[in-house]
Amino acid sequence: MSAVTADGVAKRRPNYRLRRKLTEAAAVAFACVLVIWTVTPIYNMVFVSLETHGDVFTSNIWPAHPTLKSFWIVLTEDYWYLQYFWHQFANSIYIGAATTFITLLVGSLASFSIGRMRLKNGWIVSNAALLTYVIPASFLAIPFYSIMIKYGLANNLWAVIFAEVTFATPYAIFIFQQYGVSIPIELDEAARIDGASPLQVYLLIYLPLMAPALVAVGTYALLLAWNEYLYQFMLLSSVKSMTVPVALAQFLNSDEAPWNYMMATAIIYAIPPIAVYYAFRRRMTAGLTMGGVKG
Amino acid sequence: MSSTTFEAARELAAPSPSLPRRRRWRGGLQGSEFTWAIAFVVPYIGVFVAFVLYPVAYGLWMGHSPALYSELFSDPIYLRTVVNTVLFVGIGVNLKMFGALLMSGFFMRKSWWTKGLLLIYVLPWAVPALPTFISIHWMLNGQWGLVNNVLWDLFHIDGPGWLDTSRWLALGSVITTHIWKWMPFWTVILLAGRMAIPQELYDAADVDGATGVRRFAHVTFPLLANLYLICTLLSTIFVLGEFNEVYFVTGGGPALSTHVLATLGIRDAFQVARPDLGVATVMTALPLLIPLVIILMRKLQTTEVQL
Repeated sequence: MSAVTADGVAKRRPNYRLRRKLTEAAAVAFACVLVIWTVTPIYNMVFVSLETHGDVFTSNIWPAHPTLKSFWIVLTEDYWYLQYFWHQFANSIYIGAATTFITLLVGSLASFSIGRMRLKNGWIVSNAALLTYVIPASFLAIPFYSIMIKYGLANNLWAVIFAEVTFATPYAIFIFQQYGVSIPIELDEAARIDGASPLQVYLLIYLPLMAPALVAVGTYALLLAWNEYLYQFMLLSSVKSMTVPVALAQFLNSDEAPWNYMMATAIIYAIPPIAVYYAFRRRMTAGLTMGGVKG
Repeated sequence: MSSTTFEAARELAAPSPSLPRRRRWRGGLQGSEFTWAIAFVVPYIGVFVAFVLYPVAYGLWMGHSPALYSELFSDPIYLRTVVNTVLFVGIGVNLKMFGALLMSGFFMRKSWWTKGLLLIYVLPWAVPALPTFISIHWMLNGQWGLVNNVLWDLFHIDGPGWLDTSRWLALGSVITTHIWKWMPFWTVILLAGRMAIPQELYDAADVDGATGVRRFAHVTFPLLANLYLICTLLSTIFVLGEFNEVYFVTGGGPALSTHVLATLGIRDAFQVARPDLGVATVMTALPLLIPLVIILMRKLQTTEVQL
């Protein structure tokens, strides 16, 4: 009997090894296809930005005369469409920073009150927030625009900041509440017995312990505000109040779109969020899966 | 000092049986604490009332006239838009989620290069949407786009004008763009779900001789099904309101044939200057949106810990 097993193993082993090699080869081939699929639109962006203006309208698939001139033109605002590039870039930063700060502040205060202090009927607030999370932003855009005009905030950066805060806070409250459960409530109680006011508990105990969640949500809010287009397009109309994506999209409507400048602008605009994304990737994924997986 | 405080706190805080996990502050909120709690929650309530409740109510009021809906339903562009939306959501979401399910399995492989590949694979999610959509728009240009240039160089095929000749090619381009952009995100979510499945279950399945497809069908999928369903529901809700993909890849063209509800609504409101009609357009998504939200909320409530 033992001989039979030995024989079987001896026969099977080379076959098994071959199969293993074949699956590995298939996986590598699949990975190559996957990389091409993933990278093509990004390659296109880089490739067009390196072309000269004349070369854009040819059937090249790589830059014939690669040059960084487009980037230089964007950085020095040396084209009539790019006149206010740095101004618009600063607007984007301003909106991103303000959105992040206000989202973290409003979100953490609300979840401290509801989750830690257990404000009576606080669940109504968190459910309302959750409901906001599932309203598509584009469906709310038209009445939002009318109301911003009523508030006198048309063509004002703060209109956009409020819009981004509106859509980022529900996620913030959700994540903060999920994460807050893991912090022992005895800490709060100990501080209270020592005579700390709720504000002190919030500042000295809650916020420091919530740091990982704050980072995750802060990254989320920053990227949301930086990447959002529709509300910025609706609410900001003058060249000086525009943000980079709005100005970029304006190119599309011009008769002779300077594609190489557009792509250079797009790359410069895309670099900060990519850097932030890869720097905080783990934290952010943890936050996302916390929301997505645990529900 | 702090350790005695902890001990005192522990002694005082006898576990209350009714709320084992999230207890309220002991003794409830007293005096000024209640004021503090209200003050902390007021900013969010302010944001909610001013920027959600009021716009929603205002929107409902804007789109309340039945005449708007009879106008919409007699408009062929609107009817086509509804079909587009259903196709975009139905095909886009399901292909993407199924792809993400398979991809998450692929990234469970323990080769040395899968981790690096994952970093590249999440690029579409990391890069801001707008630049990539504009890039895809130009890439699919019939005359000078990269795709047709490659087709010509490799196979000497004259590629079609992807975005400006046929409705179906354009709609297919939008769906492909959507999958390109969002599959990585859902793959990461499902990958986290897969990693949470205890290894012992697979070991047990191994002992029972389950491999490959059967392992997936009897271990992975039953444990992942709930998460998959929740993700699909959430994604459907998000994609129903998708604006950027259609707006930048096809712009609703050729001849307004690839609009979805969100882009048509914005077009009605800002280009045609009929905000009421725009609101009515997006409101017609509510009969689909509301049941989805209710199902999702139910699902989320019943599956707190169970993965």
